[in-house]
Amino acid sequence: MDLTIDRSSQMDRSLRDGARRELREAAVRPMLQKPGPGYRLLVVALGAVVALGLVAFVDQCVKGLSVDDYSNAAFWDVNISNFITIVGVAYGGAVISAVLRLTGAGWRAPLTRIAEGVSVVAVLVGGACIIPSLGRPERIWEFFTRPNFSSPLIWDALAIATYGFASVVFFYLPLIPDLVVAKQTMGDRAGRLRTALWRALSRGWEGSPAQHRLLGRMTGFLAILIIPLAVTVHSVLGWAFAITSFRPWWSEELWAPLFVIAALYSGIALVILSLAALRHTYHLQNYITDRHFKLLGFILAPFGATYLYMSVADFLPGAYHGEPGTAAVFRQLFVGAYAPWFWIFVVGGIIVPLLIIALPQTRRVGWIVFAAALILPTFWLNRVLMVIVPATYDMMNATFGVYSWTWVNASITAGAMAAVPLLILLLFRFVPILSVTEIEQLEAEQLETEQLKAARLEAVQLEIAQLEAVQLDGSEGRVPLGALQEEVR
Amino acid sequence: MDGNEPENEMAGGEAEKDAAPSFSVPAPSTPSLASLGGGQNPPNGEDRRQAVESGAAAKPRPISRRKLLEAIGAVGIGVGLGFRVLEDPSAASPARQRAAAPRSTKDPLPQWTMIFDLRYCDGCKACTAACQSAHYLPKDTEWIKVYTLTSADGGTYHLPKPCMMCEDPPCQAVCPVGATFRTDEGMVLIDQNVCIGCRTCMAACPYESRYLNTSPMPEVPRQPFPTSPEWPVPQVVDTVGKCIWCAARLPSGMLPECATSCQMGVIYIGDLTTDVAVNGQGNVITISEFLRDNDAVRLKEELGTNPRVYYIPGHGQDLSGWA
Repeated sequence: MDLTIDRSSQMDRSLRDGARRELREAAVRPMLQKPGPGYRLLVVALGAVVALGLVAFVDQCVKGLSVDDYSNAAFWDVNISNFITIVGVAYGGAVISAVLRLTGAGWRAPLTRIAEGVSVVAVLVGGACIIPSLGRPERIWEFFTRPNFSSPLIWDALAIATYGFASVVFFYLPLIPDLVVAKQTMGDRAGRLRTALWRALSRGWEGSPAQHRLLGRMTGFLAILIIPLAVTVHSVLGWAFAITSFRPWWSEELWAPLFVIAALYSGIALVILSLAALRHTYHLQNYITDRHFKLLGFILAPFGATYLYMSVADFLPGAYHGEPGTAAVFRQLFVGAYAPWFWIFVVGGIIVPLLIIALPQTRRVGWIVFAAALILPTFWLNRVLMVIVPATYDMMNATFGVYSWTWVNASITAGAMAAVPLLILLLFRFVPILSVTEIEQLEAEQLETEQLKAARLEAVQLEIAQLEAVQLDGSEGRVPLGALQEEVR
Repeated sequence: MDGNEPENEMAGGEAEKDAAPSFSVPAPSTPSLASLGGGQNPPNGEDRRQAVESGAAAKPRPISRRKLLEAIGAVGIGVGLGFRVLEDPSAASPARQRAAAPRSTKDPLPQWTMIFDLRYCDGCKACTAACQSAHYLPKDTEWIKVYTLTSADGGTYHLPKPCMMCEDPPCQAVCPVGATFRTDEGMVLIDQNVCIGCRTCMAACPYESRYLNTSPMPEVPRQPFPTSPEWPVPQVVDTVGKCIWCAARLPSGMLPECATSCQMGVIYIGDLTTDVAVNGQGNVITISEFLRDNDAVRLKEELGTNPRVYYIPGHGQDLSGWA
């Protein structure tokens, strides 16, 4: 009896050790795997697009904003849309990681590192997108030296800087133990650069209980902090339009929550897309399972539905009895010059993804990834419409100016969009792609509960046997027996 | 109503300044929004303090009276400031202006205004052309822009639009680096050596009066005034520029270029403090009378920007609900 238990637990342990080694190998696989030709081609292509964007930006710096074909009719343009879109998608990581951490959803563990990494990359790239929008980018330091606190733009800058810093820390804290694990797993294969980097970043982590407790407390604190921070960022972005201007459609009370929901929705879409791509590239199917995509789809759907509802709430009163300006802008959107784009957004960005998640037949990985791939470009399109249409409206004579763009804005846009996947790919050449410690901790907890359950089961079974023995003697005790049998089941 | 506005402004010299404090001296017995709003008003502040203190006196007081008063004072100032922030800006405007203006022992400062007598405007756009050549502006940058519009009865009329020099300029509030500022003489100007070219002010201006200097600026010869916000010639590329009412000329009695160039005498420039305005044809008017007698209006009054530009409609146009 004793012998068999020992042997099985030993087998369990060796199995567990095998699984653990496999997990750790998987987490550092992007660093171990020799980059294939496809990967190299992708990195080079993305790098080329980013370089093109930088060249365009330099060209704009040298020659001035006239290279963007700015007209006084369309004073804000696609750069602002890029800024809102990319900062917006940075919200996805915060939700997946922080919200699921706070709600104790155990299935989050294999996703958190990728989600947080995507978040950090997006907020950094998105924040940088505001720079090419300025006519005098060399004066951007004036934001710090002579801020005008009645301007929503200052609060915009403050909110994004705070959120950017917080998301970097939120990415970094759970990374600390994993860097030590990565070093252990990779040994000499890590290379001198990574070893030095990890040693500097892991800050003397030993894995002592006190360190674990401190780290857990700080991560929990940041998880609580980062949710309202993200809400402020996207609200302030909405208010940068709503407060600033008397322009139709911009001056809407609903814009702040609308921006928050749009950020959540498109952010989760980006997380889904990144998970799918990285899972495929690095063969992480054992950890990032099909169930994860389904669950993320379930998170995606209510935000899409909320966005649809809020859009209707945004449009309906203005379209029904709107003031002349509002009515003119909405007419331009619904049936006017921008109508094709607007309806592509409504159908492709909201209705089709919602249907994909709603129908059981399409509730599969491929379809959900397809939905996410639809959401991202269409929400960029939506932001372009949100910026361009009211900006081109002339509030003096109620006409619309013409918006046009040149290779410069197009290249900067493409460069910004390419920078996000490029930096995500490069990021996981330096840090483990799975949050090993978190997964192991959650597994250990699960194991503990299972062991407790098993022990309890054994105890109950013993009791039943005793009771049955008593019953055979013909005495009372039917009721507890029934209840216990129920528990065993 | 429109006639009254300038009268207040005109009286805004010594008489108005003296009247302002005396108006609030009889402190209301019951606190009202208005009394809370005037946070720095001593009688009201005293009232509030006493009221709060009498409530607190019933309890045993472990802290010193001085500390308590300080705390109550701080709370009072906080509440007062809070209400000042929440106040309707259009309602608070004249008061805030008086508060902001330095109490000079010398003559009161001029408060510039412009009046457009639309009865005589034939839409020749001479003002636009003269402005562009005086400030060396590119063709699509029309600091004074003439709109040709259709009135309710089907006729067309013309409406020249310079910068409105709002008393509550939205462009100033939203500028993240404070490049747009308002002088004590009511001029809203831009420091183009500070402007970062973010164009938020262009979003904010409900009169579309601001322009981005994108095109390469024309060559500029030696100017009669040094380059400054009052005479921003040449314009700095990739910053925002706008009509300045030729601010550098006004102190020496010269008229803005548009007023000089208008052969129809549409454009008057004047000073609300002395209540006198003049057009390019040499016609001198008493502002308050002229505005009252001719039913002057301001554009987009409902937005609360308090523009310093008045229009004499004359053709039955309803400019109030316009665009």
